[in-house]
Amino acid sequence: MEWETVIGLEIHAQLATRSKIFSGASTAFGAPPNTQACLVDLGYPGVLPVLNGAAVRMAVKFGLAIGARIAPRSVFARKNYFYPDLPKGYQISQYELPVVSNGSVEIETEAGGSKRIGVTRAHLEEDAGKSLHEDFKGMSGIDLNRAGTPLLEIVSEPDMRSAKEAVAYMKKIHSLVRYLEICDGNMQEGSFRCDANVSVRRKGETKFGTRCELKNINSFRFVERAINHEVQRQIELIEGGGRVAQETRLYDPDRNETRSMRSKEEANDYRYFPDPDLLPLEIAPAFIAEVKKTLPELPDQKKTRLMQQYGLSAYDAGALIASRELADYYETVAKTAGVEPKLAANWIMGELSAALNKDNLEVTASPVSAAMLAGMLKRIQDNTISGKLAKEVFEAMWAGEGDADAVISKKGLRQITDASAIEKIIEDVMSGNPGQLAAYRSGKDKLFAFFVGQVMKATQGKANPQQVNELLLKKLKG
Amino acid sequence: MPLTAADVRHIARLARLAISEQDIQVYAGNLSKILDFVAQLDKADTSRVTPMAHPLEMVQRLRDDTVAESNQRDLYQENAPQVEAGLYLVPKVIE
Amino acid sequence: MHTKTLAELARDLRARKYSSEELTRACLARIERFNPDLNAFISVLREQALTDARAADVRISKGGAGPLTGLPIVHKDIFCTRGVKTSCGSKMLDNFVAPYDATIVERLKTAGTVLLGKTNMDEFAMGSSNETSFYGPVKNPWDPRRVPGGSSGGSAAAVAARLAPAATGTDTGGSIRQPAAFTNLTGLKPTYGRVSRYGMIAFASSLDQAGVITHTAADAALLMQAIAGFDARDSTSVDRPVPDYTAELERPLKGLRIGLPKEFFDKSLDARVGDAVHAALAVYRQHGATVHDISLPNFWLSVPTYYVVAPAECSSNLSRFDGVRFGHRCENPLDLMDLYTRSRGEGFGAEVKRRIMTGTYVLSAGYYDAYYLKAQQTRALIRQDFLEALRQVDVIMGPTAPTPAFGLGEKTGDPITMYLNDIYANGVNLAGLPGISIPMGFVDKLPVGLQIIGNYFDESRLLAAAHQYQLETDWHTRIPKGFE
Repeated sequence: MEWETVIGLEIHAQLATRSKIFSGASTAFGAPPNTQACLVDLGYPGVLPVLNGAAVRMAVKFGLAIGARIAPRSVFARKNYFYPDLPKGYQISQYELPVVSNGSVEIETEAGGSKRIGVTRAHLEEDAGKSLHEDFKGMSGIDLNRAGTPLLEIVSEPDMRSAKEAVAYMKKIHSLVRYLEICDGNMQEGSFRCDANVSVRRKGETKFGTRCELKNINSFRFVERAINHEVQRQIELIEGGGRVAQETRLYDPDRNETRSMRSKEEANDYRYFPDPDLLPLEIAPAFIAEVKKTLPELPDQKKTRLMQQYGLSAYDAGALIASRELADYYETVAKTAGVEPKLAANWIMGELSAALNKDNLEVTASPVSAAMLAGMLKRIQDNTISGKLAKEVFEAMWAGEGDADAVISKKGLRQITDASAIEKIIEDVMSGNPGQLAAYRSGKDKLFAFFVGQVMKATQGKANPQQVNELLLKKLKG
Repeated sequence: MPLTAADVRHIARLARLAISEQDIQVYAGNLSKILDFVAQLDKADTSRVTPMAHPLEMVQRLRDDTVAESNQRDLYQENAPQVEAGLYLVPKVIE
Repeated sequence: MHTKTLAELARDLRARKYSSEELTRACLARIERFNPDLNAFISVLREQALTDARAADVRISKGGAGPLTGLPIVHKDIFCTRGVKTSCGSKMLDNFVAPYDATIVERLKTAGTVLLGKTNMDEFAMGSSNETSFYGPVKNPWDPRRVPGGSSGGSAAAVAARLAPAATGTDTGGSIRQPAAFTNLTGLKPTYGRVSRYGMIAFASSLDQAGVITHTAADAALLMQAIAGFDARDSTSVDRPVPDYTAELERPLKGLRIGLPKEFFDKSLDARVGDAVHAALAVYRQHGATVHDISLPNFWLSVPTYYVVAPAECSSNLSRFDGVRFGHRCENPLDLMDLYTRSRGEGFGAEVKRRIMTGTYVLSAGYYDAYYLKAQQTRALIRQDFLEALRQVDVIMGPTAPTPAFGLGEKTGDPITMYLNDIYANGVNLAGLPGISIPMGFVDKLPVGLQIIGNYFDESRLLAAAHQYQLETDWHTRIPKGFE
């Protein structure tokens, strides 16, 4: 039996405002519990919400970036349910009339093509607080610092057909919100979270199967694993003669399994109605035009431009635009006179990325700045150093030993390009290894590498490798 | 349309109100009367009427994105029934 | 001093006939004497009041006094008052001390008033008789066997008994106007959005509006000057200039077009109250106003509409009382569900629970369209009627309530009978219009009120129409027996 997976994602992106969506409390992460929960966030009697204009601007920015409709009039509603992390007993959200609707993004498929994923809607709402389950005399502790942080809930169409596509979509939205500077995208801190609606159906079936909502899948890796696991569970269930029940399931990354959330099982009757404390949000064309002016170059546009401007492959350009900061870094290097753009791309995607990964750093925190890397690449291209020496120079720069020129002169890494000096060394090597020389000359070609190694060793790797090759070839022939 | 005791129990649970069994019947009677009374609205022709959520035809005002609050946790928690280490305590939350 | 109006007391304080401290002591003495029987107060703030009065006296002596400096007032216990218990008439908030001031409390504090105490009220403002208060019913100074009206019953009784010269109140469906009518006072419910709701514990957010209960329209104008106006903390507050209410009181009645809705005068109205309305209209006619028959054809929808909209909003507004961050918490909760249901079950009284359940029901899946959405539509029809009428006339007049004050316990058995007491009041809140009730005579020795309804933000016209009437009549100067 062939099965098809159908996936839709609900992504919650915390908007990067300074203050909360309906109060003047700070949204900064990591403060001691309840020190950033003001009267409005605590749902104190008598207090009222006032909407943060920056949150609206960010939602509009997102809508414009995905070619969506910006609602000229949208409405805040109350979603009523009791939970300790929800102080008012209702969440202020948007229900019938969201601010953003009908947009889309393009993702790259595994086959190398591209696929359009529809974004049904994106609406503004407030985040809840957190329940801490460490033991307080058998009780839970409630921290409401996060309560009232603005969220943009981005709801996709059920357009994805594999866990890989879901990850590609999630990465796409992640990169987009960071490009737009509307969300810091920090998944560890919960700034960017995802729930997945997953169902399966037999290939060729047009009706959707019963879906389950997976909660708490807060990394790209978990999304893929959780979905794959859930798909397997559903298929086994159906093939075993069972039926999928529509429910909310929690992904447990430690056990790599999903389980039914009992607390959410009680029939949810959210009793949505328009929040009488807030008036309809009207967004005028002038407001939209003003936001439009602040739109940066978006990832897809940037990719095309990098390919055209620097002659990069789609693969290289795609990797370099992963974040706006990485792309900026690349462009600073590639624009430096005397640096070959392709070489810059190789170094950034190779050594630099590896080093950043190893030290778990963002590109903006790289010890080797774009100017430093450009300075080093210039030395490769003017033959001051070889590619191999450059790795040593890079490591020294990474360790904080100064820029390329300083490292080169301090460590004496300047490349030997003087042909007569190299010839002299070759001659010494040849005379020091008569056995190998005879063997080579009698046809053992493989020994060529031995001679290269000896010459490089004698020069501590500083001889220009290309020259060494050429001269050795000539000399060895005799 | 009279509400049954089961209806009242369901509503009371949704609204998180503990109601004693003897009171359930009383509420069922009261609430049925109230719902009967408001059912008069059915007689009004509202087929072409736009629902009115608010008395004023105004739009939402936007606030500047500035932090205007400082930490007042101790003051705000003076009203709290049970706190520890700055957290509000509740019976174990099971997810 | 206690028989004087706020305006007279203000003049006397400025003329140094007596100090604010003396005036405050006089009020506190009357509270001590009469409140045990009336039960008009939940909290009396003796020490704080005297401190504030002395500070006011310093300001007066330094010549830095404003029009309200040193005047004692009382707040309905629905307004959050920093450092003071703010109960909203509920066991739920019996232990609640507000950590902040409501905007109206703050403004009246800044204006230099002296807060004598917090007044009794129906629990969470849900009631028309003050009998749903956790702190027990308030007695009507005009007849202790009768209710003072509600929900601002404590404010009305305190002012009527001359324990305080003026009070704040809130009006969601008549809660200022009806008690004012029952106690021979002037009660103004401003346009929705005119006075900030910040810090006023919400009952039904799209209907709630703060206002004042005073002896005269001139006193109401004085207080309105201080409390009206834009507040950035309330999204529904209207940013629009506040007129000089006192100056506008002088507008003459000549040419005033008064509409009389025929729907207000059917069999549900006590005929003697109807006669009093007609007698009052005669005074207006004598002074050049004209009276026109108008119709509010959807008037009959107002009470049923109100009892969908108000409970729906209240069911959500009161969800925050869950025993976690403030308010009543049950003993030894077994689990989360038990914490919620018992804390709320114990903390709220029967009427509040009734309204929460009604509201929960009308918003729930399968019933939303039939009740809530329908009520939003009938609400639109009710407003449309008023606006239509106010194109033809300047103000609408009629009775505030269908009868004078009823007996304690008389209507507690049947919620619908109780609800119908606000038949002339509810529609005004649904439309968001301003309304004022003023004394217009007596039926069976009990005061009855004339309601004047105006267009949006036309409070000054209402106050002027009331003031001009009060210049010609003396109903508002009558004092209940035993309180002279």
